[in-house]
Amino acid sequence: MPQWLHTFGDQYLMWNEGPLIWISDVLILLTGFGIVFVLTYFKKWGWLWREWLTTVDHKKIGIMYLIASLLMMFRGGVDALLLRTQLAVPNNHFLDAEHYDQIFTTHGTIMILFMAMPFIFALFNIAVPLQIGARDVAFPYLNAISFWLFFFGALLFNISFVFGGSPDAGWVSYPPLAGPEFDKGPGENFYLLALQISGIGSIGTGINFLATILKMRAPGMTLMRMPLFTWSVVATSLVIIFAFPALTVALALLLLDRIVGTHFFTMAHGGDPMMYINLFWIWGHPEVYIVIMPAFGVFSEVVATFSRKRVFGYTSMVASLLLISVISYFVWAHHFFTMGAGADVNTFFAVASMAVAIPTGVKIFNWLFTMFRGRIRLELPMLWTIAFVPCFAIGGATGVMLAAAPADYQYHNSYFLIAHFHQVLIGGVVFGMLAGMYYWWPKMFGFKLDDRLGRYAFWFFNIGFYVCFMPQYALGFMGMQRRMYVYPADMGWNTLNLVSTIGAYLMGIGFLFIVAQVLYSIKYGERDVTGDIWDGRTLEWSLPSPVPHYNFAVIPTVTSRDAWWEMKQTGQIQALRPSADEIAPIHMPKNSGRPFILSACFFVAGFGFVFEWFWLAALGLLGVVICLILRAFEYDDEYHIPPHEVVETESALGRL
Amino acid sequence: MALAEKHVTPGGSARASSIEYRDPHQSVRIMGFWLFLSTDMLLFACLFATYLVVRTHTDGGPTPHEIFDVPGFTIETFLLLTSSFTGGLATLAMRNGHKKQLMAWLIVTMLLGLGFVGLEIQEFVADVAEGATMQRSAFLSAFFTLVGTHGSHVSLGIGWMFITLLQVARRGITAVTARKVFIVNLYWHFLDVVWVFIFTVVYLSGVVM
Repeated sequence: MPQWLHTFGDQYLMWNEGPLIWISDVLILLTGFGIVFVLTYFKKWGWLWREWLTTVDHKKIGIMYLIASLLMMFRGGVDALLLRTQLAVPNNHFLDAEHYDQIFTTHGTIMILFMAMPFIFALFNIAVPLQIGARDVAFPYLNAISFWLFFFGALLFNISFVFGGSPDAGWVSYPPLAGPEFDKGPGENFYLLALQISGIGSIGTGINFLATILKMRAPGMTLMRMPLFTWSVVATSLVIIFAFPALTVALALLLLDRIVGTHFFTMAHGGDPMMYINLFWIWGHPEVYIVIMPAFGVFSEVVATFSRKRVFGYTSMVASLLLISVISYFVWAHHFFTMGAGADVNTFFAVASMAVAIPTGVKIFNWLFTMFRGRIRLELPMLWTIAFVPCFAIGGATGVMLAAAPADYQYHNSYFLIAHFHQVLIGGVVFGMLAGMYYWWPKMFGFKLDDRLGRYAFWFFNIGFYVCFMPQYALGFMGMQRRMYVYPADMGWNTLNLVSTIGAYLMGIGFLFIVAQVLYSIKYGERDVTGDIWDGRTLEWSLPSPVPHYNFAVIPTVTSRDAWWEMKQTGQIQALRPSADEIAPIHMPKNSGRPFILSACFFVAGFGFVFEWFWLAALGLLGVVICLILRAFEYDDEYHIPPHEVVETESALGRL
Repeated sequence: MALAEKHVTPGGSARASSIEYRDPHQSVRIMGFWLFLSTDMLLFACLFATYLVVRTHTDGGPTPHEIFDVPGFTIETFLLLTSSFTGGLATLAMRNGHKKQLMAWLIVTMLLGLGFVGLEIQEFVADVAEGATMQRSAFLSAFFTLVGTHGSHVSLGIGWMFITLLQVARRGITAVTARKVFIVNLYWHFLDVVWVFIFTVVYLSGVVM
């Protein structure tokens, strides 16, 4: 091997770190070649570009978010299994300390920002315009930009694994540990820039969906007639808009410290590391409500549909969502009670944190009362919803324990905390997102996911969850701290750790069943011919599955909550079916390749900043500016679908 | 886009009569831009908070009192506030359908903005020459970042206003160009408001304290 290649390989590709990296390199190359080969062999490049990379259709963007988040769930899950394998037995040296640090960092970051966030955005995109009777979101072009910024942010983050080195200062990336003095090399830069790029996309999505819901509802769809999932998106979008700028600033200032040499968070020259921690959690705590509230929305839809009852306490459901989004801003300091802010500050944040349990409890009881005397069908979405209730109740209760500031001095950063937040994030967000995925899958693809394989997945994942995390509560009380990569044999932690690891693998098997279920169902899944496979209540079920790209041939007029259910009950389905003479030309946005190119330019710029190759960063930013200017001068970005085309599509679907 | 005309209600009657709100496809974008401005406001709020936390952390280096140049920031303030007024006159001319006036006021606004940015660059260069660099202390890091972020917003706004000007020149005052002029002016006024806070929180209290 020539010397320069050797140097390059060791410095950038980390070939000196051993077989894990080599295997990853080989797998990535093989997958890459495989994808290129398949696309070339089946002549699908044009299709990929026209149908997916340039699309501004919210339904397709939703599907891309979904695929990306499932892939990221796989990556984050493999990270989790590596961590649990390392901790299975005492004095283990499966991973060394450095690799363990990198893997818990990527596990946390990926699961929150590149799994949970795109998953909620997937459901936003798939369901919201259909639920409110709109043909697309308010800003379809911005929607595509949001997706591609997320995509390239995630790509930048993941590339660090094989090029340059992963970040290793935890998913919170606290300085001074993450600062220039203690964490040299590109790893943390990858974290900062990847989150920055995808964060811009998230802000765009928040603005987009709030504007969509406030301005584009069908006639008659007043705010208090909106489906509860749509309400959860309102609350979530508000929190995104008000929380993400704090993350932007926290990341930007830390990046300045790292590459410009400023002193915001350094130990010397007057820097204040606690300022980062405050800014981070001013975003970070609302962020966990950002990911949980859409799950609440899904549960509200699922519970009503599968209990065949309207949801209990609709108004209190809306009020509690909005209350949660307000309180979410007054709890951030509970992440660092041990900072020593004093009893008065800690008391305020402790009481505010406990107060979150009130609106959340209201919601839990409302779901239970909806089920009460309902005619419950235990389909997959409902199974996950029912599993969520006890899981989230336990997670919420341990949350209140953690919120008690004096007691928190004992639990802080112990495995008790780890168990708590995994219980609310898995038991709440992941269960909710899976319920939503099962619920809207037929709407997206026109077939149902196989029930039997889904039940295997459900039981493996649920049993695995309790086996994995219940022991961690105990381990926390026994003194085991988070982020320790190895522990001695005489602490009494051995059995519980082994049990926990077994639980993690059970969850891994559950995930594999979901993969198998998807693959099996593509061929054998029950086809949805009516468009209303669950006997649904809201407007999206009045449309065929999959939905034609213009959604509604004629915009419906809404007269009540659960509009579609009411129409079915009163025999007025025909009112929603278009008649040929009613169909007018439909105004649609044109596809554009620019969101993809613009975001790729952001990627190039981000990559340049990571390695402090400022010429490359400048080149990338120049590309961004050119894209923006071209967009400013673009006037011809919309077209009309002629009525006869709509009539043809609708008659082919048997709806005319 | 699926914006059914009939169910989008523009705000009050004053708005309904002005050109930038008349087409619902355009008015929804104005609303989206207001939402964007709220995110930008919070971005500045976080920078202000950071500045307030570390403004006394001068680490033995230059203090606010030593580096702030009263005539300099007074003229900057004067230029920027005036430019906000002329930007408002541009919107007024647009609503009255006077294309040439609109373009003239946009040009005046941009020139005043350029003057502001020029003075700010001069101020920064002078500070650095005295050894007050970003890397010197936490106070200076926060000062340059907060004021610099505002300055780069203004610079971007000038470029944006220029692009909008070209479109007005080419296409005249249409529903689309009117919305664009209105939005770039919203942005401009917003930066003016941010500057009022920078003027008081950073410069005035820095000189006084």
